[in-house]
Amino acid sequence: MDDIKVNQNPKLGSMDRPNSYIGRSLPRENAKKHLEGGGQFVDDLVLPRMLHVAFLRSPFAHAEIKSINVEEAKKSPGVFDVYTAKEIDEYCTPWVGTLGHLGEMRSPEQTPLAKKIARWQGEPIAVVIANNRAQAEDALELIEVDWEEKDAQVDMETALDDNAVVIHPELGSNLFWTRTVNQGDVNQAFETSHAVVQTTLDFARHTGVTLESRGIVADWNKSEGKITIYHNGQAPHMMQHIIAKHLEVNEGLVRIVSRDVGGSFGIKVHVYPDEMAVAAISKKLGRPIKFIADRLESFTTDIHARCHKISGKLGVDKEGKILAMEINDLSGIGPFSMYPRTSAIETNQVLNLSGAPYVIPNYKAVGTVVFQNKTPMCQYRAVGHPIAVAITEALIDKAANKIDIGLSEIRKKNFIPDNAYPNKTPSGVPLEDLSHEASMDKLLTMMNIQDIEKEKIANLDKNVLCGYGVISMCEVTNPSPLFYGVGGAHISSQDGASIRLEGSGAIHLSSSITEQGQGTEAIMKQIAADQLGVSMDSVRVTLGDTDATPYGGGTWASRGAGIGGEAVLKAARILKDNILDIAAAIMQTDKNSLDVENNTVIRKNGGEGITLQQLAETVYYRGHELPKGTNPELLATASFLIEGIPFVFTNSAMGCKVSIDQDTGIIKIDKFWAVEDCGTQINPKLVEEQIRGGVIQGIGGALFEECVYDDQGNMQNATMADYLVPMAYEMPDIIVDHVTTNSGRSIIGAKGAGEAGTGGAPAVIMNAVNNALKHHGTEVLSQPITPEKILRALGKI
Amino acid sequence: MSAKNSVNISFSVNGENFDDVTVPTRQHLADYLRSQGLTGTHLGCEQGACGACTIEMDGVAVRSCLVLASQANGSSITTVEGFDDEVMQKVKNNFLKHNAFQCGFCSPGMLMTTKEIISSKKKLSRDEIRSEISGNYCRCTGYQSIVDAIEETINEIN
Ligand code: FES
Ligand code: FES
Repeated sequence: MDDIKVNQNPKLGSMDRPNSYIGRSLPRENAKKHLEGGGQFVDDLVLPRMLHVAFLRSPFAHAEIKSINVEEAKKSPGVFDVYTAKEIDEYCTPWVGTLGHLGEMRSPEQTPLAKKIARWQGEPIAVVIANNRAQAEDALELIEVDWEEKDAQVDMETALDDNAVVIHPELGSNLFWTRTVNQGDVNQAFETSHAVVQTTLDFARHTGVTLESRGIVADWNKSEGKITIYHNGQAPHMMQHIIAKHLEVNEGLVRIVSRDVGGSFGIKVHVYPDEMAVAAISKKLGRPIKFIADRLESFTTDIHARCHKISGKLGVDKEGKILAMEINDLSGIGPFSMYPRTSAIETNQVLNLSGAPYVIPNYKAVGTVVFQNKTPMCQYRAVGHPIAVAITEALIDKAANKIDIGLSEIRKKNFIPDNAYPNKTPSGVPLEDLSHEASMDKLLTMMNIQDIEKEKIANLDKNVLCGYGVISMCEVTNPSPLFYGVGGAHISSQDGASIRLEGSGAIHLSSSITEQGQGTEAIMKQIAADQLGVSMDSVRVTLGDTDATPYGGGTWASRGAGIGGEAVLKAARILKDNILDIAAAIMQTDKNSLDVENNTVIRKNGGEGITLQQLAETVYYRGHELPKGTNPELLATASFLIEGIPFVFTNSAMGCKVSIDQDTGIIKIDKFWAVEDCGTQINPKLVEEQIRGGVIQGIGGALFEECVYDDQGNMQNATMADYLVPMAYEMPDIIVDHVTTNSGRSIIGAKGAGEAGTGGAPAVIMNAVNNALKHHGTEVLSQPITPEKILRALGKI
Repeated sequence: MSAKNSVNISFSVNGENFDDVTVPTRQHLADYLRSQGLTGTHLGCEQGACGACTIEMDGVAVRSCLVLASQANGSSITTVEGFDDEVMQKVKNNFLKHNAFQCGFCSPGMLMTTKEIISSKKKLSRDEIRSEISGNYCRCTGYQSIVDAIEETINEIN
């Protein structure tokens, strides 16, 4: 591990000072518990009188519940009760997954349990409450449902046809949302283009497969009228609002606790019907209720992602300068738009992000989002990025091939120059502080494309083909209120931090950002200790508890470091200022002659200082010794929020080299390189691990992962044995490097880094594969790129 | 649960004796251990596919979701809570140093598999390490840091 990386942000002071922690790859001491079996995950929690639930879920993609009889199930051993929608609806109001800021969205009311009609295989329709999960599952088999199966609208491509099955007849069609972006005049620009290229890409559905499944323990305390929910989510304050609203409880009497979370990636930031049912049951029964999804439930009810078909067209002049780009994206989101973020955002991001690194004077994009009888689809890591980046970069490779210029050359010709920011994406979204040119240059130095070209040519007639790709991309991070709040969602875009000096001299920090393994706690500690001048081990952190932390958005869209980190920095600076005020009063000297180092207030010119412990003891226990009028404030709170722009973008350049075995169709990723510009890196090792983990998830989508459905809407591979995920053996080492352009939006200068890997890997892999296949005059345009698709493309099967 | 649905067994976990305890016949070992507060053993799939529940039973790594609790009769079990010998301390230090885990949900199983790799005393290449841990799913890390940690431990002890 690199011990020290140079901190290039002058606003943070020199790294050559005591307690300089920002910019260092320090190990996550706080996370040691996971190596001792000491994590506290939601399924580890046992409360007195706790009951367990199992859900009866629709076996059909589309079916009417003619009748449902739970009497036998109620008699099953250990069963406390069995509920259907009728009982649950008394305790939970319905919701609608639409927002107001992106044009008209149409999605019907959704309730925790389906009432008359089930609209996807896996939708909950009844719930057994029992002493343990096994007994609850036993009783599920005794529930009698008289089903009438209906035709299912499975295929998104026919969802708007005249003879489509309309899933919500009251809406008149399966259209959820559509958006068109039109900048300039693409038609005219295509006419004047020297070359025009087109392609159509398919992206299968895949899903998050967090190793820890979704889980919740809801605990209604009748005597207080208060509900405490232990939930492995990402946004506790959002959940607090949702639970309060739909259970009709005073929001102040809802406490959400997110303890350790076993991976989330956006899967755990949505409102799920089964979890709402659990909260409602707890309120109805006044007892703690636990629900932990099993793996089948995860596959059929965790949100799915992607499910896009996108066609694109790109026009370039003789030199390879892009004149126009047009895309048309279709996406299928299951039968409901997810609440409260809606299922429009992925398509919206495809429209926003396509072409983003480049100067494209004429741009047209149409997005259409339709309902279908499959598991709901919504925001998962790198929302929209894989589609936007893949279509852009595939078109650029095609244009380069057509006019015969190099793959990096055509990109460099078209980048928005590094010195031309602030600027805008082709769709009109503001961009600032990016470095596509420098990042691509760095990538090319790392890759050594000449050598790869040589190898490729040497292999042309061999059995194992060689190919490579390079891509550039913009990554959405640190969203502002313009993302969700403006549309009416109670999702905070500000985050808060609160820091106090305790009587022992220790520092306690709490933040509204949550931890799912990214290293939130570690970086918060680094920022606080760095800014205060204390040792790392003197800082203790509380996260993930609405009763104990400041209000804020939580962890999603790579906002922890840039937004939450800035709040910690500001709070730490306020606290330090207060400490110096008090110290100056105690030490009877000028505040400017003092500083804090190694947990001690020192005199810069030498002489005896006082420890923070002595200072705290004086304030807390012997306040009478303080000069009159001294402000004893040793608790500081600060907030931060991005203003005026929708997001702070990060940029990335990626390259990879693949080998394709023509006999088996198996693709091997020989090398993968990533250059990321996320501004200040608070802990470079953790940034690199975000990128690596992200790339591997992107490789999963590109090569392996697919929720396979049959024509009737039955998911065919809902087990971990059948749904392929990246395992260690097939994965490459990933070489990561950085360019640093600090965000001008904050003192800390950090942008996010969690999305790029997942957003960019599918594009660069697809380009590399097609680069290898080009010699055979063929290509594969659908993900995952399976060996079968390769063999078909090569005419082998 | 009626008597025929349960059996009485004896075994030890991390050196602690569980004498003549009653377990449901259909309960898998992971559920039993977790019910005793040994929650370091995690469940990711309950199907033998993810490796999160891997523990040591009589010196061999097994998936505790595929073993019935009743099958543990007479055995000696080690779970992540009991990985405290010198070699495992080294492994854990290297996991921490290389950040070989993010959320930590896979770590108990990954450490168990690592224990088995290390105890073979073989000097493995990175590819061989990757192959050895290919039965353990990790969604967060991308595996490279785990390979780094195992590789460094192998180098240290050989
Ligand atoms: S839980 Fe046992 S292998 Fe997945
Ligand atoms: S660290 Fe999260 S699954 Fe491995």
